[in-house]
Amino acid sequence: MAVATSAPSRLFERPETETGFWSWISTVDHKRIGILYGVSAFLFFLVGGVEALLLRSQLATPNGDLLAANEYNQLFTMHGTTMIFLVVMPLAAAFGNYLVPLMIGARDVAFPRLNAFGYWAFLAGGLFLYASFLLGGAPDGGWFGYAPQTIGQFNPGNGIDFWLIGLVITGLSSLTSAINFIITTLNLRAPGMTLLRMPVFVWMNTVVSFLLLFAIPIITVAFFELYFDRNFGANFFNANEGGDPVLWQHLFWLFGHPEVYILILPAFGIVSEIVPVFARKALFSYAVAVFSGVAIGFMGWGVWAHHMFAVGLGPVANATFAVSTILISVPTGIMIFNWLGTIWGGNVRLRTPMLFAVGFIAMFTIGGLSGATHTIVPHDYQQTDTYYVVAHFHYVLFGGSILGLFAGAYYWFPKVTGKMLGERLGKLHFWLIFAGFNLTFGPMHILGLQGQPRRTYTYPEGMGWDLWNLVASLGAAVIALSVLVFIVNVVRTVKSPERAPEDPWDARTLEWATDSPPPEYNFAQIPVVHSTDAFWHQKYTRDDGGRLVRIPTGGAGGENPTWTTERPLDHGGVGNGHHGHGGHGHGGDGIHMPSRSYYPALAAAGLPLIGFGAIYGWWWGALGALVVMAGVFGWGREPLSEPASE
Amino acid sequence: MRPAPGHVAALLVLLGGCAKDAPQDYLQPEGPIAREAHEMFSRIVWFSVVPVLVVVLGLLIVAVIRNRDPGGRADPLEIPGKHPKLRWVVAPTVILLAIDLFPLASEAKVIFELAKEPKDALQVEVYGHMWWWEYVYPGEKISTANELHIPTGRPVRLTLRTIEPGLPAPEGEEFATGVIHSFWVPKLAGKQDVVPGRANKMTIEAEKPGTYQGQCAEYCNLSHANMRLRVIAQEPADFEAWVAEQQRPAVKPASGPAAEGYEIFNGEGGCVACHTVIGIDGALARTGPNLTHLKSRETFAGSIFENTKANLIKWVTDPPAMKPMRPDEGTGMPDRDLSDEDVEKVVAYLETLK
Repeated sequence: MAVATSAPSRLFERPETETGFWSWISTVDHKRIGILYGVSAFLFFLVGGVEALLLRSQLATPNGDLLAANEYNQLFTMHGTTMIFLVVMPLAAAFGNYLVPLMIGARDVAFPRLNAFGYWAFLAGGLFLYASFLLGGAPDGGWFGYAPQTIGQFNPGNGIDFWLIGLVITGLSSLTSAINFIITTLNLRAPGMTLLRMPVFVWMNTVVSFLLLFAIPIITVAFFELYFDRNFGANFFNANEGGDPVLWQHLFWLFGHPEVYILILPAFGIVSEIVPVFARKALFSYAVAVFSGVAIGFMGWGVWAHHMFAVGLGPVANATFAVSTILISVPTGIMIFNWLGTIWGGNVRLRTPMLFAVGFIAMFTIGGLSGATHTIVPHDYQQTDTYYVVAHFHYVLFGGSILGLFAGAYYWFPKVTGKMLGERLGKLHFWLIFAGFNLTFGPMHILGLQGQPRRTYTYPEGMGWDLWNLVASLGAAVIALSVLVFIVNVVRTVKSPERAPEDPWDARTLEWATDSPPPEYNFAQIPVVHSTDAFWHQKYTRDDGGRLVRIPTGGAGGENPTWTTERPLDHGGVGNGHHGHGGHGHGGDGIHMPSRSYYPALAAAGLPLIGFGAIYGWWWGALGALVVMAGVFGWGREPLSEPASE
Repeated sequence: MRPAPGHVAALLVLLGGCAKDAPQDYLQPEGPIAREAHEMFSRIVWFSVVPVLVVVLGLLIVAVIRNRDPGGRADPLEIPGKHPKLRWVVAPTVILLAIDLFPLASEAKVIFELAKEPKDALQVEVYGHMWWWEYVYPGEKISTANELHIPTGRPVRLTLRTIEPGLPAPEGEEFATGVIHSFWVPKLAGKQDVVPGRANKMTIEAEKPGTYQGQCAEYCNLSHANMRLRVIAQEPADFEAWVAEQQRPAVKPASGPAAEGYEIFNGEGGCVACHTVIGIDGALARTGPNLTHLKSRETFAGSIFENTKANLIKWVTDPPAMKPMRPDEGTGMPDRDLSDEDVEKVVAYLETLK
C-alpha cells in the first residue's frame, strides 16, 4: 500500500503487457486465473476421460486383452487421481476464483500473487504427475494408495514417488487457495455485505476452504510418511518392522472423507445460484442452505472409517461410524428439499443451465441413497470394493459435481466471455451426457451386487457380468460424444461475433452488476449492499400492492440510491486493500490494480524440479530450491503495485 | 415369511439379464450369514431407499413440469412473507432421521453377532499370498490352496493372515507379511480384509453342498484380478472323507515319466524350494501352494485355470506368461527354463498327486 518513492534496482523489468502469451504467465487477476484453472482442468478432464475409455474398452468383454494387468492398473490409478485432483478440485477453484471477488463486490482476492502461485503450482504438480508415464511408468497403487502395496518392497520403481510428490505440490496449491479465499471472504466484502448476505456459492466456497485448510495437511503428512517408508527406510506402514498399514488408511480417509465434501459443495453452491434464477424465485430458505452446508462441513470429519468397515476395526468402531454416517444424510437431504422448495411454485425456465441443475439434483439424490445403503454394515461387507461403490461415487461425483460444474459453465459463460453458448447444442449435450452417464454407471449397481470387484483388469466368462459391462462401455462412448458436442459449442461460440445481452438470465447476484466480461477492476464503484441477492434488489422492488416491479433505472452506476458509493472513486471503496497507484489506470476511472508479476510462476516452476530431486538426486533438488527461492525472494521484494509511470 | 426380499431378488435377477450363471451374485445368497445381510438390505431398500427416491424424484419432476414456463416470459416471483415456514424444514428432517435410524438397532445387533466366535465352528487358517490363497486346518493337520472345503450346516471360523515366505522374514518372525487382501465368497458371506500385522476373523457357513466362487476383494497390485478362490461345501460325511484323503502322504512314483518328473521336481527343477509335497523329505516350503493333492482340486494358480494336464503344461513352461507376477521380487512363480521334455515329465509327476 505504500507508494514506492524510487524503483528498486532489479534484474528484470516488471511485466506490463496486457495481451498475449506472457500476459497470461504474469497475470495476477483473479478472473484470468479462474480461466487458467478452468481451461487446464478441462484439458485434464479430457485426458482422464480417455483413460476411462481405455478402461471401459478393456472391460467391455470378459478376458479383454487390450490392456495388460500393469497397464490397466496404471490407468485406473491415473484416472481416479486425475479426475479428483486435476479436474473437479481445480474446476471448483476456477469458479471460486472467477466469481468470489465479484460476488462479494471486491476487486480481487486478498493476495493476488499468491493466487497466481496457486494456479501455477497446480499445473506444475499435474504435469509432474503425468511425466511419470514417460519416466518409467505411472503410479499403479490406486488413487487411494493403500500401504503396503505402495511401499518400496512391493512397488519398486518411481511411479508411486511421482504420485506422492505430484500431489504434495497440488496440495500446496489447494492450501494457498484456501487461505486466500478465507481471508478474502472475511475481509474484502463490499460495505453492507454481512456474512449472511453473501451468495450461497460464496458460503460453500468458504466451507470448502476450511475443509481444505485442515484436510490437506493430513494427507500431506501421509504422503511424506509413505515417501519416507519408500526412500529413507522408515517403517510407518511396514508391518514387518512394527508399522501398521491401517495407519495409512486412517490418515488417508481423515483427508479423504472431507475431500468428498470438497468435491461436492462447490456444485451445491453453483446449483443454489442457478435454481433460484431459473425458477424466478428466491432460494426456499437461504439460512437453512447456509446452515446445512456448514453442518456438512463439520459432520464430514466424523465419518471417515465408513471407508474401512471391512478392515477389522471391531464392532464398536463399525457401529459408531455407521451412526455418524447416517446422521450426515440429514443436512444433505435438507439441501435437496431446499432446491425442491425453490422450484415448487416458481416459473421454471428450462434453459441449459437449469437442465443441468435439475439433472444434478436427481443424480445426486440417487448417489446419496446408494451411499446410504453402504451404512448397512453387514451388507457393506458385501458391497465394499465392488462396482456397487463405483456406481455410488460416480453418481455423486459425475452426476453430482460434473453436471453441477457444467451447469455453472453454461450459466456463467456469458459473464466470462460476453457470449452465450448455443442453446440447442447445450440441450443436446445435456441429453447425451445424461443418457450416457446413466448407461455407464446405472448397470454398475447391478454388477456390484452380482459380485464384480473393483480394480480388476479383467473378469472371466460365466460370471453373468458380460451384458452390463458391455452396456457400461457403450455408455462411456456416449459420454465422450456428448463432450465433443460441448467442445463444438464452445468453439463455435468463441468464434461467433454475437454478443450476449447485458443480464441474460435476469440474475440475482453481484457478478452480473458489471460488464461481461468485467473490466480488470470489476466494478467502477464498489456497491453498497443491503440484503442477500444484492443485484436482484437493485433491479426489483415492491409496489404498494406488494407486487414485484422492475426499477426503471436499475443497473450498475445508475440513479438507484442503493448503488451510490459513500466514498470518492479514487480509493476504490471501503475494505478493499488495493490502494496505491499502479500503471494500469483503466477507462480514466483511476482505479489502480495490483501489477503483474512473473515471480509466482517462477516460484511454482521450481517445485517440480525439487520433485525430480526427491526421485533422481540432490542436484535437481538444489536447482529447484534455487528457483523457488529466486521466485519467492523476487516476490517479496517487489511491491504489490508499481509506481505510476506517468 | 418375507415377500419383500423375494421381490427384490426377482426384480434384480431380471435386471441382471436373467443371469442364472452368476456365481458371485449375493442378491441370491446361499448361506445364513449372507442371507441375513441381504434381508437387512432388502428391507431398507424397500422401506427407506425406494420411498425416498420416488418422493424426491417425483417431487422434482412434478415441480419442474407443473411450473414450467416454456416461453420464459413469466414474471419473477417472491413468496409471500419474509421467511418460509420452518415446518417445511423440520418435518423432512424428522422424517429423514426416523427413516435412517429405525433399522439401526437390529443392524448393530448383527454387527456384534458377526464378531462373535460361533459355537462348534470348524477352524481354518487362511493365508493370503500374492496372488493365491492358502488354507491350513490346524485340527485336521492338512493344508491346501485356493479351494476351501467345508462341511455344510456348520459354521467355519476363518482366521485371516497374510504371509510372503518368498521375502526375507523379520527378526523373530517365521515369515514376512505381505500386502492387504480381502477374503470374499459372496454367496456365503461378506468380506473381511486380510491385513498385515493383524489376524482378522470371520465366519462362513453353507447350507447346501456345492461350489461357491469368490475372489480377493482388496487391491493387491499386479494380479489382484487373478486371486480367485472356491469354497466347496460338502455333506459332513463327504467332508470327512475329503479330510482323510488330504491327510494321506504322497507316494513316490515307481517308474516312467512320472518318476523322472519326481527327480526333476526334487532336483534341478528347484520346485521343492517353494512347494510342499508331504511324504517327500525337504518339501515343506510355503512360498507356493502345497501340491500333495494338487489333482484333487478343480482349479489352480489362484483358481484361474481349469486343472487339466494341458493347462499344467502351459503353466510350468512359463508361469509369468500365463499370469502376471513378480518372481524376481519374491512374489510369484518364476520361469525355471525347463525343456519341453522336462516339463512333460514334471507334469506327469504332478498328475500322480491326487
